[in-house]
Amino acid sequence: MPASRPVSRRTALAATLGLIAASPRRAAAATTLLNVSYDPTRELYRAINPVFIAAWKAKSGQEISINQSHGGSGAQSRAVLEGLQADVVTLALAADIDALAKRGLIAANWQTRLPDNAAPYTSTIVFLVRAGNPKRVHDWADLLKPDVAVITPNPKTSGGARWNFLAAVTWAQRQPGATEASVEEYTRRLIRQVPVLDTGARGATNSFVQRELGDVLLAWENEAWLARQEFGGGAYEIVYPSVSVLAEPSVSVVDSVVGKKGTHDVATAYLEFLYTKPAQEIIAKNFYRPRDAAVAKQYAERYPALPMATIEDFGGWDRAQAKYFADGGLFDRIFIPGK
Amino acid sequence: MTLPSRRSALPGFSLTLGITVVWLSLIVLLPLTLLALRPWTLGLEGVWHSVTEPRVLAALRLSFGIAALAAAVNMPLGLLVAWVMVRYRFPLRNLADSLIDMPLALPTAVAGIALTALFAPRGWIGALLLPLGIRVAYTPLGIFVALVFVGLPFMVRTLEPVIMDMPRDAEEAAATLGATRRQTLLRVVLPALTPALLAGFGAAFGRGIGEYGSVIFIAGNMPMVSEIAPLLILIRLEQLNYAGAAALALVMLLASFAVFLGLNVLRARLRSRA
Repeated sequence: MPASRPVSRRTALAATLGLIAASPRRAAAATTLLNVSYDPTRELYRAINPVFIAAWKAKSGQEISINQSHGGSGAQSRAVLEGLQADVVTLALAADIDALAKRGLIAANWQTRLPDNAAPYTSTIVFLVRAGNPKRVHDWADLLKPDVAVITPNPKTSGGARWNFLAAVTWAQRQPGATEASVEEYTRRLIRQVPVLDTGARGATNSFVQRELGDVLLAWENEAWLARQEFGGGAYEIVYPSVSVLAEPSVSVVDSVVGKKGTHDVATAYLEFLYTKPAQEIIAKNFYRPRDAAVAKQYAERYPALPMATIEDFGGWDRAQAKYFADGGLFDRIFIPGK
Repeated sequence: MTLPSRRSALPGFSLTLGITVVWLSLIVLLPLTLLALRPWTLGLEGVWHSVTEPRVLAALRLSFGIAALAAAVNMPLGLLVAWVMVRYRFPLRNLADSLIDMPLALPTAVAGIALTALFAPRGWIGALLLPLGIRVAYTPLGIFVALVFVGLPFMVRTLEPVIMDMPRDAEEAAATLGATRRQTLLRVVLPALTPALLAGFGAAFGRGIGEYGSVIFIAGNMPMVSEIAPLLILIRLEQLNYAGAAALALVMLLASFAVFLGLNVLRARLRSRA
């Protein structure tokens, strides 16, 4: 067919352009790390990276640079799965790293390769309310008051929202005489208080802060502090409920990528660095709860102790995922009327 | 016997046809084939189940229903705008002309955020509507507003060339023969424009079904109420349920195809009657 030649020429041209576009990154790749992270950690890693780069230079003499990528935790995990060349993943929940381990990109024992379940910092779920707490929201029960609108993102797309949902479930489970049915009823009534489901934690924060929508934002503690700081301390208050969850954002080296790029040592050192005192200081300053006992003590006033459920209380992420968030799980059921 | 008369005045028919076929296959057919093949790992029953859940049906009803409604509302509005743009000369007409294309040029997310800011309960328009008990942002009404916004240029740009080609003599003849203005409009102008109106409806409707960026910010995204089908596809992808996402996409594809086919048949029939 006479037509095939110009087409193949065009294809060749497109392929060449693609290669040209890709080549500078490949050339620099030997000493560049890519940290694929979730939504609210932009500020945190922007602060940590230069400190690690200097420490690594002092230790090994090697110059490196670190790129960051941020987005919804689930979407980021999927991007890595589909070929984003992440040396390390620092995601909102272990389930999103498990997804990579299940498909062979990361060793199955990733969570034991680093201390503390491979979560160098923790956070919890708190309430952000408007100044003066006009609707007097103090605990999970208050969220059901008829005039209270609650802002939380969609747990199907947001890691933070999954922690929000589990925190609500924890409270309902710990009420006297609680049953599976009473927990379901609480979540069903709670979701009726929600006027909009954003896809990510940042989107929900924007709805609450910029659209002035709702009376309570269910948020990461770090996101709540950040919102307070960014928009003036006077406009919002943080309310600690009677019970919440211990959110453990986990980190791992992506074995399949570092093996290919030869960045195993530096990527591992980067993650181990997160547990050192200087990094833990930065972590605490950026509103995440540090693991280091001494640093934690120093910031104890900012991070009050409260009873927190862990993911193990839910039987691990696999079971929590299947029970609450998978298709046909509790979160789907509470939207079906009359059941 | 050769047929020299078949030779076209312009060269390269076989070449351009070849490129067309290859290019269409590569750009349109190949991805669609992949999409059509993907869901079946679920099995026939699994596919059926995954597209008939109440939540999926609600999302499909919402996406198709509101897209149709918005496209329908854009028919008279788009006709009015196109008519004014073609038939009248007025100050700042060029500015107005470029404004029509803005919904096309604007990144859809920007449009969505702007509309949400406007219609949110504290926004300029939203604050005025709230005392009347009308909520636009975070309800299906918000989706409707966004789809009317993105659909308008499709309607206007489809109608303009047809109005431009419409001979004025027909209207003048109708008037001379004693037709009232109303009769001229209903009997002469509208029938001539119907095929173009349908084409504009199809374009605006098609854009509306698939629209994501501008809708997602204003919709509220509550399952069963204001959750659009494209969001449900995204949600399934996030959960690594590729087959389920493809199944839903396939349903949307088939439904859209059926609608477009229907519109084209209708247009062909109208044209042959004319």
